[in-house]
Amino acid sequence: MAGADTAVTAILEIADDGLILGHRLSEWCGHAPMLEEDLALANMGLDLLGQARALYAHAGEIEGKGRGEDDFAFLRRERDYVNCLLVERENRDFAHTMLRQLYFAAFMQPYWREIAATSSDETLKGIATKAEKEMAYHLRHAGEWVIRMGDGTQESAARMAEAVIELHRYTGELFAASPARTCAIAEGLLPDPEAVRREWDATIASVFTEARLETPEIHLMQKGGRDGKHGEHMGHLLAELQFMQRAYPGLEW
Amino acid sequence: MVAAVTQTPTMTGIRSRDGGNESPLTTVTDFGLARALEVASAVPDPEVPCVTVADLGILRSVARDEAGRIVARLTPTYSGCPAVIAIEMAVETALLDAGIEARIERVITPAWTTDWITPEGREKLRAYGIAPPAGSSGGRRAFFADDVIACPRCGSSDTAKVSEFGSTACKAHYRCKACAEPFDYFKCI
Repeated sequence: MAGADTAVTAILEIADDGLILGHRLSEWCGHAPMLEEDLALANMGLDLLGQARALYAHAGEIEGKGRGEDDFAFLRRERDYVNCLLVERENRDFAHTMLRQLYFAAFMQPYWREIAATSSDETLKGIATKAEKEMAYHLRHAGEWVIRMGDGTQESAARMAEAVIELHRYTGELFAASPARTCAIAEGLLPDPEAVRREWDATIASVFTEARLETPEIHLMQKGGRDGKHGEHMGHLLAELQFMQRAYPGLEW
Repeated sequence: MVAAVTQTPTMTGIRSRDGGNESPLTTVTDFGLARALEVASAVPDPEVPCVTVADLGILRSVARDEAGRIVARLTPTYSGCPAVIAIEMAVETALLDAGIEARIERVITPAWTTDWITPEGREKLRAYGIAPPAGSSGGRRAFFADDVIACPRCGSSDTAKVSEFGSTACKAHYRCKACAEPFDYFKCI
């Protein structure tokens, strides 16, 4: 693959993670357990959408075919999205949502930091510097909730434990480098996700210890999102996400 | 106004960092540019109208491009800040109202930090009822460890965080235990 193609795909992987998780968080709007959390989840969703927008715009410039952020966000088919499976998992209950957020933020915060420190691309560095600070807030917020719920009531502890069983198998994909990501790593555009694995392990272990949660032993991690092979919920998510552009092509705010 | 803005360390620092290939911010004779800087600097933030875009450090520079056209460079606070477009339009409109046709440019490198809020900006925030960012942006806190934020109304340090995420992306929500007033805290990033 040519350098520009792999660079675009590698950037889209990170952008799609932000878009899809941001959309998932937006689904909580008006449904969160309390007003403060309603605001928090919407705020974090906005951060993720903002990061995705900047990345889509940048990917479009590198690609040079006239595709902009809306084309990437709204007009691709399901198989063209390259987000990891973790971010598309359903919200389920607040325990699932907060655990998913913890897994993701504990990875992205150090990964953005590494992008900011090592990327050969100045625009990516700028996006990363800002995004890293935002993810530090997400990580704290999610970590505190996982501890509160895991070490909380019988009901909240049971829900947290169930969420761990359900979601932990989707964390392996965060560290697996796709062919496009491997090229981007070789070219110095992006860091290797493996570089932050120890930090992620340590963050999760310390939160789980305080939350009195067990880290399950997963023998086969789920993967496929980076190849465009998504779970059954992705189509439903896209149906809502893309509705406006599909129904009214070219619509602008 | 011009003198006040150009003297702040924020504006000077930015010019040297990313304004290398542009004309200097102001020259003795370029009254048009000085006027543009004055007008752009005075534009209030749409969500926090007590402070201007210059106070917040989001107006990065006002300069002339190679064709001699005025370029106002702005930077977003948060990646997803919904006010970004509103701010850009407000600056463009203010300049047009003053008879200055300018190009607005969005810059993301270097990333905005609350360290760029000027001392005057911080004082204006406090007077408006918003606690300004405490400390410098590099700090990271452990779980459940909160900074001590002084109440902008009564000055007491006996305050409690209600939520890390408040009325806008850039603010957290606090409550003062001394005077019982809720208040916004401009988060330090």
